[in-house]
Amino acid sequence: MSATMNPEVPLSHEEILRYSRHLLIPEVGLEGQKKLKAAAVLVIGTGGLGSPVALYLAAAGVGRIGLVDFDVVDESNLQRQVIHGTSGVGVLKVESARARMLDLNPDIQVDVYNEAFTSENAFRIAEPYDIIIDGTDNFPTRYLTNDLCVLTGKANVYGSIFRFDGQLSVFDARRGPCYRCLFPEPPPPGLVPSCAEGGVLGVLPGTIGTLQATEALKLILGIGEPLIGRLMLYDALSSSFDFVNLRKDPDCKVCGAHPTVTELIDYEAFCGVPGGDHDEGSAGAGWDIEPTELAKRLERGDAIRLIDVREPHELEISQIAGAELIPLGQFAARMSELDSAQDIVLFCKAGTRSARALEILAGAGFRKVKNLHGGINAWAREVDPSLPIY
Amino acid sequence: MVTLRVPTPLRPYAGGQSQVVVAGDTVGDALASLTGQYTALQPHLFTPDGQLRQYVNLFLNDEDIRDLQGLATPLTASDRLMLVPSIAGG
Repeated sequence: MSATMNPEVPLSHEEILRYSRHLLIPEVGLEGQKKLKAAAVLVIGTGGLGSPVALYLAAAGVGRIGLVDFDVVDESNLQRQVIHGTSGVGVLKVESARARMLDLNPDIQVDVYNEAFTSENAFRIAEPYDIIIDGTDNFPTRYLTNDLCVLTGKANVYGSIFRFDGQLSVFDARRGPCYRCLFPEPPPPGLVPSCAEGGVLGVLPGTIGTLQATEALKLILGIGEPLIGRLMLYDALSSSFDFVNLRKDPDCKVCGAHPTVTELIDYEAFCGVPGGDHDEGSAGAGWDIEPTELAKRLERGDAIRLIDVREPHELEISQIAGAELIPLGQFAARMSELDSAQDIVLFCKAGTRSARALEILAGAGFRKVKNLHGGINAWAREVDPSLPIY
Repeated sequence: MVTLRVPTPLRPYAGGQSQVVVAGDTVGDALASLTGQYTALQPHLFTPDGQLRQYVNLFLNDEDIRDLQGLATPLTASDRLMLVPSIAGG
């Protein structure tokens, strides 16, 4: 923590007024505020978690904040990604976030990295920062962030969300367990839906992200008890916070006594899924059908069974006429309702869940089955504009 | 009888339940009771040869069962089991 060891940075009169409520707390004071100004924090992802993290770190006066994201702001982000605004739709997320942060606090430095965080660039990007905040939306980047932090001796402030559930911890392999001690390997692709597929309560990343920002400030200030060796579990529906103890795994592949992971690896291969919470699913070469092609075939009267693998409540949003509903969760059990001699087209919202249903069918020997590429959203864009996109 | 918390990603395989009351003298018995009630959960929790999957974390009160006696850890009536899922949303 080279930067935070040297809090001899002056505060102007304007800064003293701005940070007055911090200076009044004995645990922060002038010395603590200088530590914040001298600190450098990297935020991976400027989405649901990254939004409150970046806003509160900027407001608190963390002197140098790095933002990594390769995406642009989309309408469907605004339900939770509060650092961005409607006027920023279509703008690079890192630029949209930087503008808002500098409006909130012009005295800080915001570095932007408009690129995917990968094994190739991670060391270069993370080098100037003391603390890394994991606000990503996918397993490959989470394992990458963890391994990078272990290999470079940085604290990893971890937060993760799904629907109504949130998790929080501080992984610092120098003082406790790492992410891999808790999750030695990722779940199989498809077990855990992403937020783009499964949804998330908009305020949930606000709850978890503000706690991540709090942990980062505590680490910089050296106050309180950081959440090292403990995992916080939040269930918004039951309004419960649970804490469990985590221990360092002596056999951990990256932070254990005899590590086998000594450099960054191919995390997409390790997790079996692409990095990034991609909204569009493909079943792979030869298994997809484009919406316009499906429309053409239906129009000329081809006998095709259309199977909608979404959840029942999604039918209220949009439907394709003639489709039958078999939710993905029931797919394996209800496969007997399908006939491998028939032409079948599977679809969901954007093609990810239906690609999984297709895998189940292909594994059972079905060959005349296709995945609607891009799902009903692509159908709405390309064939039936009367349908909403969600 | 102990209560077992089912995390959101696994609820579709547990009849949508967030909490299930299970019987058993050990953690292994309680999980067998759980997968007996909800057979769809079995492949998500166990490997084909009956080992708890590596990405499944099970906590008895606030301790990881791997730091206790694993599936052989004895249970008492006031105990609370919690499955902790790997989630990645952000």
